Amino acid sequence: MNPWALVLATAAGCYLLKLAGYLVPARVLDEPRVRRLVELLPVALLAALVVVEALASGRHLQWDGPRLAGFAAGAVAVWRRAPFLAVVVIAAAVAALLRLAG
Amino acid sequence: MLEENRRGVVRDSLGVGLAVGAYGVAFGAASVAAGLSVLQTSLLSLLAFTGGTQFAVVGVVAGGGTLGTALTSGLLLGARNTLYAMRLAPLLEVRGLRRFAAAHGTIDETTAMAVARRDPALSRLAFWWTFAGIYVCWNATTLAGAAGAQALGDPTKFGLDAVVPAAFLALLAPRLRAGAVERRIAVGAAVIALVLIPLTPPGVPILASAAALLLGSLRVPAGSRR
Repeated sequence: MNPWALVLATAAGCYLLKLAGYLVPARVLDEPRVRRLVELLPVALLAALVVVEALASGRHLQWDGPRLAGFAAGAVAVWRRAPFLAVVVIAAAVAALLRLAG
Repeated sequence: MLEENRRGVVRDSLGVGLAVGAYGVAFGAASVAAGLSVLQTSLLSLLAFTGGTQFAVVGVVAGGGTLGTALTSGLLLGARNTLYAMRLAPLLEVRGLRRFAAAHGTIDETTAMAVARRDPALSRLAFWWTFAGIYVCWNATTLAGAAGAQALGDPTKFGLDAVVPAAFLALLAPRLRAGAVERRIAVGAAVIALVLIPLTPPGVPILASAAALLLGSLRVPAGSRR
């Protein structure tokens, strides 16, 4: 994959999506079902990303102890409504320490 | 309008900017770990400027996905910004060139801060100050995270592989707390992704989860959404 093509296409696409909302008449996308769908899409994508990032290694399921333990610790922090920085530090620290110990 | 109110809005907006900055470090590090250069990483933050999409794109790249799957996942996540823009357009009353600047700043946080105000003048103030605060912090911390990750070498040694799924969960959490439909969709999407990981090329499990859930949410009757 050409990373430059990806970076530029992502940048252009994201900007055009934002700009479109200012340029099109509001009623075009004002259908409630469309609105609800666009609101719910991130829920599905983010949930899938959590699973893939926690468990996948390419096309394989990989049960990596330190990675999963770090993620689990981060998940507890999210559940306890810890600030984002705390989530990041806790997940990284648990995974790094377990690797160091292992 | 009270001067005190205006100052409060500016202070809150800049506070949000600083808080969001932490995500930038994680994004910068994850992006370099995925194989993008520091320059490419910084350009994504400067030009795409929408955190969830940026995370998704580098997440798919890290997993070995193609340009097509990475871009599609990212743009699907970015589509909500179109709705935000439609919500903000009458509120901000931007015309001419300012419309193009406002478009760039149309993201989760700026929309939330703007629509939370009752007075349109305060909404505009909140939008522009939140945009400015996040833009500066997000790009500075992206660069710091990217340069840091490059200097430190093997990212798994520092537990970055555990940070990325935890970061996605942190982005997902407020949506899970929003309602039962959101939680059902999240569980369904997670199961679909899990099943497809060994069966499809990288990136496809993420896109497929979205498509399948799209059908599910359409069937929910309007009266029983929450």
